[in-house]
Amino acid sequence: MRELLLCSPDYYGIEYEINPWMSRARGAEAALVQTQWKQLHATLSRLDCQIHLVQPHRGLPDMVFTANAGLTIGRKFIPSNFRHKERAGEASHFARWMEEHEYQICRLPDDYYFEGEGDALFAGDMLFCGYKFRSDIKSHRAVADMLGCLVISVELVDPRFYHLDTCFCPLPDGAAVWFPAAFDEYGQRAIREHVAELIDVLPEEAMHFSCNAVVIQRDIVLPQGAPTLVATLRERGYRCHELQMSEFIKAGGACKCLVMFMPQRGRVS
Amino acid sequence: MFSETIELRGHIIDSLILPKVLDQILTHGANFKIAEIKIGKKRADQSFARIEVSAETSEALDELILRLRQHGAEVAEPADAQLAQAPAHGVFPRDFYVTTNQQTFVRFDGKEIEVRPAMMDSAIAVDRKLRAARAVKFFDVRRGDEIVVGHQGVRVVPVQRATSGTDLFQFINTIIDADEPKSAIIRELAGELQRGRAGKGKIAVVAGPAIVRTGAGQHLVRLIESKYVDRVFAGNAFAANDVERALFGTSLGMSPDLAFARGGPENLIRAVNAIRESGGIAAAVQKKILSRGIMHACVTHNVDIVLTGSIRDEGPIPGVTTDAIEAQKVMREKLADVTHALLLATIHHSLAVASMLAPTVKTVCVDIDPSAVERAVEHQPLQSIGLVTDVEPFLRELADCLIIKRRE
Repeated sequence: MRELLLCSPDYYGIEYEINPWMSRARGAEAALVQTQWKQLHATLSRLDCQIHLVQPHRGLPDMVFTANAGLTIGRKFIPSNFRHKERAGEASHFARWMEEHEYQICRLPDDYYFEGEGDALFAGDMLFCGYKFRSDIKSHRAVADMLGCLVISVELVDPRFYHLDTCFCPLPDGAAVWFPAAFDEYGQRAIREHVAELIDVLPEEAMHFSCNAVVIQRDIVLPQGAPTLVATLRERGYRCHELQMSEFIKAGGACKCLVMFMPQRGRVS
Repeated sequence: MFSETIELRGHIIDSLILPKVLDQILTHGANFKIAEIKIGKKRADQSFARIEVSAETSEALDELILRLRQHGAEVAEPADAQLAQAPAHGVFPRDFYVTTNQQTFVRFDGKEIEVRPAMMDSAIAVDRKLRAARAVKFFDVRRGDEIVVGHQGVRVVPVQRATSGTDLFQFINTIIDADEPKSAIIRELAGELQRGRAGKGKIAVVAGPAIVRTGAGQHLVRLIESKYVDRVFAGNAFAANDVERALFGTSLGMSPDLAFARGGPENLIRAVNAIRESGGIAAAVQKKILSRGIMHACVTHNVDIVLTGSIRDEGPIPGVTTDAIEAQKVMREKLADVTHALLLATIHHSLAVASMLAPTVKTVCVDIDPSAVERAVEHQPLQSIGLVTDVEPFLRELADCLIIKRRE
């Protein structure tokens, strides 16, 4: 059973603009927000996940995106250092919750930006980390020091895909779903060299946050709007659970952004 | 050139961050030198690279460094050079830094100072009081002198290669073999010498006795008369052969004009004796004993003659520096402002001079022996051209080019 951290969207909304998706003129509909988040919660619960909830806080609308709380490996929790001041307030709440739940808090230096699982995803025994828009590459080195694993740092070049989990999704069979244009050419080469098989996402499907999927063994929970990708994944034997995520995409997030694995890996080999 | 040392750490090989950084340096028109690299041995081990980045302007360098920081590059804290005392006169401390002939800086007390002069295969002595650093040879070093050891705090600025489409020397380190055409190169070289002479350039000729013996002396005289030569570096033999030719029409008893000459090798000894009797080459010219030839042309056109002797030469002619260490010093002094060097038909003298030249000096080596040309060009790899040919046709064609050009 996978343990996941979620945060209910009680205070979620588009209150500021820190990525190209956000527009305060285009707010989220509260009722739909609740419906979509509850569907995600219900879907993950059905997939035999144990869901923990961190308490939301007024004035921190993006706390709902728990993937950015930090990175959990075994009982170690590396809290995020958010790049934008609008989100910086979330860090202490997440860290306190993890500490209360007996995770060892391993802090990065204050001036290293790191946005947790949003920019750090394991594929095999390698941790792929995105940098530039949110996390900086210095934090990757520090994470590699803490975990003692190979970290592949890849540069993100499209501001719409500002976190790694918006354009890259490793699968348990060694393959990964990705949107290549989100990476610079060196990042693309590094990924090609280290991932056995890559499933390209069409640009129009990438815009529906198709890479932002929660993978639970053979089940993949992803936003609606990616029929080609879903067909490919089904051919590979995955069960796809397509959810409406329109209200969260307005803030630049979807299924995976709303979830943090506890832990993402039990241990690093 | 402006430069900064950056460091990269992490999984920079697997992530292709190292090639990315190096590529970005080049695509921004800057240069790099990898000063140190440590590759992780195991899969999870991180790697490290220290890279010296240099750019044309400080603004370009700053902008580039800012970009590279995004990929994790950190500007290295500059460290002072490490110094150790010379243990005895003429002995460097172990692990002393061996210089190149490139522009070199050493850092001490947090500031960089330039090593003057830049000199190859030397050590660097630092004078703390004068805040000065100089390249020193073995014979220069005294016990207790502070000498740079290791590489820390030493920065070398490589000379930029010429990239102008009109510069003959952009084709670096080129050797034109015996069976390849040379006229076009010689014409280009003539143009280069004209430009050099029109500017502040000083042209040095390093001359071997073969110039006299092949009858090419008259062409060198034409160059001297046309002010294309500022210094002549040669051994005792070259001067002695030239004087013999001037006085007796032979060199080493042979005449380029006659199939069989009279007099034989004793002419050489008589020529040396005539100069010794006169009190030197200049004195022989003044007394009208020496009234033709290359040495004569040098004296009458105020060309510096730097003669250094070897143990096998007859003589020496007065004015030849026979002490090897003293000769090095004199040659270095006379080469300090040279911008163009023609190394003509003398391997030993050419190699000696080539090892003393600054990397900015444009060098042409002419010799009939391909291995001699190769060795000289190796000494001056950045801006040198070698021509495998008899020196007589080379000098004749060069002089024709220059004299005809001048007339035009």
